[in-house]
Parts: sequence; structure tokens; C-alpha cells
Amino acid sequence: MNEARPLLEIKDLTVQFSVFAGKLQVLDGVDFTMYPGEKVGLVGETGCGKTTTMKAILRVLPSPPAIISRGAIFFGGQDVMRMNEEDLSRVRGRGISMIFQDPTAALNPVFSIGEQFGYVIKYSAPPGKSLTKQEIHLRAVNALQEVALADPERLLRSYPIQLSGGMRQRVCIGMALATNPKLLIADEPGTSLDVTIQDQVLRLLRTLVEEKNTSVILITHTLGIVREMTDRVYVMYAGDIVEMAVTKNLFANPLHPYTQGLISTVPRLTGGGIASGIPGRIPNYLTPPPGCRFHPRCPHIMDICRTEKPPTYRVNNDHVVACFLYQTENRA
Amino acid sequence: MTDILTVTDLKKYFVVGRSGWPKRESITVKAVDGISFTMGEGETLGLVGESGSGKSTVAYITVGMYSPTSGSLKFRDQDLFQADGKRPIRLKKDIQIVYQDPGSSLNPRRTIKDILKMPLQLHQPGKNRLEQIVYLLDIVDMPPEYMYKYPYMLSGGEKQIVAVARALATDPSLVILDEPTSALDVSVQAKTINLLLRLQQEFQLTYLFITHDLSLMRNVASRVAIMYLGKICEIAETADFFQKPLHPYTQMLLSSIPVISEEEEAFKPKKVISTGEIPSPVNIPSGCSFTTRCPFVMTVCREIDPVMVEAGPGHKVRCHLFTQPKLATVEGLG
Repeated sequence: MNEARPLLEIKDLTVQFSVFAGKLQVLDGVDFTMYPGEKVGLVGETGCGKTTTMKAILRVLPSPPAIISRGAIFFGGQDVMRMNEEDLSRVRGRGISMIFQDPTAALNPVFSIGEQFGYVIKYSAPPGKSLTKQEIHLRAVNALQEVALADPERLLRSYPIQLSGGMRQRVCIGMALATNPKLLIADEPGTSLDVTIQDQVLRLLRTLVEEKNTSVILITHTLGIVREMTDRVYVMYAGDIVEMAVTKNLFANPLHPYTQGLISTVPRLTGGGIASGIPGRIPNYLTPPPGCRFHPRCPHIMDICRTEKPPTYRVNNDHVVACFLYQTENRA
Repeated sequence: MTDILTVTDLKKYFVVGRSGWPKRESITVKAVDGISFTMGEGETLGLVGESGSGKSTVAYITVGMYSPTSGSLKFRDQDLFQADGKRPIRLKKDIQIVYQDPGSSLNPRRTIKDILKMPLQLHQPGKNRLEQIVYLLDIVDMPPEYMYKYPYMLSGGEKQIVAVARALATDPSLVILDEPTSALDVSVQAKTINLLLRLQQEFQLTYLFITHDLSLMRNVASRVAIMYLGKICEIAETADFFQKPLHPYTQMLLSSIPVISEEEEAFKPKKVISTGEIPSPVNIPSGCSFTTRCPFVMTVCREIDPVMVEAGPGHKVRCHLFTQPKLATVEGLG
């Protein structure tokens, strides 16, 4: 792989949510690493914990009820959990930016685009340096041009409600990249958009991050988008990372039974009917199954799966999987 | 195959407000602007379109929630919209709908039992309710105990299955499925679709299947119609629609789909890449509504709205590349 120092390292992240009925064991020891310039996907279905993992990085998990009981997160070599508010505010929005699934919810409806942009640019300026109104305005106009939005001057005077969904998402991308972050976290960026607009927005995003060499974590449940947009993928199930591989290899040779099931249920444009799906449902986080969390639904279940949690095995260079089917391989 | 539904030149316009002083003209959304199609008994007609296409409006008119501005809708040769505006109750029971969002289509303050009881009470008075409800839950593979639960206790997929059971309570012939699995995860989607296909076989149902997911459509529909800003652009048998897409919008939509294999990637049309925004339905371009984004736009397109022509057996398209082929070759596009 890469000998450079990782940009982001998550080690053994374990998160619980304290609720009336008990504690939800949401994340169960998540490991995630990324290097500068990479585009990494985090794939999983609803409720698997991918958004929780990302919110933990920015320390925006509401606490209570969230409890980070174990694990560490390092960004640029610095321990995020131990940062003070000042250092943390420099990371949020400057070191790391985020774009969300619903651009309508991400934009404040009572402020113009220009005001919201101005706020982001002003507060992301390096400390000690304050920008004039003109400088802020110019940066905002540039950012809007970069996301291929016509007539930026008029757009800055507009309100979010006057824009279409695709335009709002482009504004969010523009705002996120205006601060030149090292890392962009995109949480389901195309899901609320029409397919033809989604295609344009995702192509734009890919062009921009490649131009600026921004690292990207793309969170999604849509496998087709992961294939088109990422170099490497992590697959998550019920709070665990079950597989990680170079994107091409994940689709060519999925190892974990969950990944195999997931890929098989995607309907194909070339035909072939509808697959039967993965039996069962996602576990109850209050009392998750012992051993491997996927074992109640696994077609290849063995006795050990019911009692022990599988460690991660390295099957090839850059292809790791947490499954006892591969226990003859080296530990990762 | 007999025709179960015949739609002729259907239009639905909504007046949404008035423009400013001094003209004060009404602002109209032409949600559905002259569409015609038929549905054969037992088939699955897919209806594809993006925001503003009018596909949901077509669904709501068919199920009786809106009445048309003009045009006709005939169900087994009977006019669905009588002169007095009321749909006879036996026609209401024959056409049912499953909505996109199971979270909002089930009353959160009612148990599953009450939710299923209502259509039964309306359409089959004086029978053994409990037995009927158990039967309905059984045909959708749901344990009978579920009838005592509230919607919030069920997962998204389970709620949608209740919505399907509710639609089947009246023993309908035509079921409209409005994005039935869009709110669900991929693995749950597969199970739900399989259930729908099995029920179609078992009860000889005809489906009007609305979705934006073309990969899903490919494997579910027998024929597909694609809509843009209130009009049908193309309609064909499924294999034809995907292998030989004629309308530039169809090609654009197909080329935008994220796919997961090299094989599918090679299958996608390459000539038309998505550009431009979908115009607001309040402000539809003159002539053909697709002129603002069409890579093959000609002068005639901006002036005259094309009409539907037959481009092959069972394959109709509404585009000047096919209605005015002479012009197309003259402008070097042939």
C-alpha cells in the first residue's frame, strides 16, 4: 500500500447509545484507515453505523446518549478525542468538511446563499487573518463557478428555496470545498437527487476532488456509485467492518457472505430477474447476536461463528475480511 | 390479451397561483399534458420519470384521488370518471394503490388490524373480519400476531408489506405501485419485489409499476413508458426499450444509471450524457419540452411539439428525429 502517513486512522471504535431500555451496541470495534489523496467508500445498509462512525470523527455525536467506550481517532496524526475546542473547531470545516444527503436540510432556509457562504468562508480563514467583505464575496463567486453554477452573483442573492435540488447540492459541495479541506466526507450525496442530476453532480464531485487532491470518504448504500467513485471500499454490517478491498476487487471477488449477498440483490440493467435477497433482518442492537453479528443470516455458518467474533484476515494485498471462512489466512 | 385500462389524451392541470401585478395571470402546472396508453390484463406496465414528469399524478388520477382536467380513463370499457364526478364503489375496489413511503401511508395511531379492517368494512360488509385479516397477513407471509402491532414497531420493509396487504384487501384487479421499494434497502427490496411478483401470479393482478430505478424496471416490467414534463416520450416492450432506446431522454436516463458490473457498463448508451436541469413544470419550454437538454435539437423542435409515432412493432416514440426523418438527415444527424 502506501508508505505515507495515514490522513485518518480509526482504531477499535466502539460506540454505545444509552436508551431507556438499555444500551444499544452500535459500533463494535471499527477500524478504518485512509491516506492522502484517496477516495474511500463506506458501504452498508440503513442502520449499519456508517453515519455514526463519521459523526464520531468530527465529534458531533450527541453525548448523551452516545458513549464512546473504546477506541481512538487520529486525524493528521493528532488525537481527535483529546483535542480542545479550539483545535477541534479548526479541524471541523477546514481540515474536514462534510456534505449531507439532503441539501435542503443542510441549508438554512432563512438566509441567502451568499450569507451562508460568507459565514463558512469567514470562519474558516486561518486564525489571525480576517478577510474583507470583498475577499469573501470573491471566494464565494469562485467557489460557485467551480461547481458549474451559472450566474453566481444572482445565486448568492437567492434563497435555498429558489434553487432546484441539484443546485442546492452543488452549493453544499461548493461550500464544503471552498475551505480547501484535506478530507471531504460525503454522506449519500446523490440519493435525494433525480438520476440524471445525480450523475452530473457526482461527476462534478469527482472532477473537483481530483483537481484539488482532496481525500474523500463516500458513504452510501448504492453499490453502483461506490464502483464509479471510489478506489477502495469498506463494507459495514451492524456496527462491524466485514470487508475491505480495492473497489475493483470487491466487485470482482467479494469474500464476505454479506458482501456477496448484497451484490447479488442488486438488479442488473442487462436483465436476469430479481434475486431472493438476504434472509432475516438486521440485529437488535440492544441484544446483538454473540460471535459474528451476521451469523443468523449467513448461508455458510459454522459452529465457531455463533460464539466467537471473527478477527480480520488478510487474503490478498489490500483485501481483508472478517470471516472464519478465511481462518487459514494470515491475520490482518 | 384484453385491455384492462385505456387512457386517452389525459390532461391534468393545476392552477397554483397568480403572477404579479398588473397582469395577474394564473400560473398553471401542466402535470399531465395529453397522454394515451393502454394496459393489458395481467401485464406489468412500468412508468419511469424524474421529478416533474407527472408519473405520480397519473397514478393518483387512476386511483381516483384527482379527476382529470380533460381526456378519458376507461377501466374494462367503463368510464372511470362519470358525469357526476363520482366513481362507483365497485370500481373503487378494483383499483388499489401502494404508496412510496410506508412511514406516512399507514396511520400511526391505528394497529395493523385496524388498518386492514377499514377496506374490508367498506367493500365486504358483514363478514368475519378476524378470519379475513389473518388470511391477508398470511398471503403476505406475515405472522398473525403482527395485527396487534402499531406501524412504529415494524421495519420499513414490514410496513410496506402491510401496505400491500391493505391494497389486496378489496380483491382488486389493478394495483398501482408508486415507487414501492424506493424507501427500502437493497436486500429488503428484493424480498418485497419477489412477494409482489408471486402475488401477481397468484391473484392474476395487473400492475402499474412506477419507479425511477431502471435496473429494477428491467427485471419487473413487461412494457415500459418514460415520461418527461407531463408527456410520454417513448413506450415499448421491456427488452426493446433497454436494447434499442430511441428517444434522446431515454438514452440520457439510461446513461446516468450507476451500475455494478462491466457488462452493464458496456450495455449503457454512450452518445448522450446528462446535461442541464429539469425545467420547472410551471415554465415548460415551447415546442418539444426536451429542447433545453437535447443534444440532437433541431429548429423544428423548438417550434412544433412532436407527436407519438410507431417506430417499430409495439415501440412508439415522440421525437422529431422520427416524425420528421427527412429533416434529421438534412441537418446531418441521420
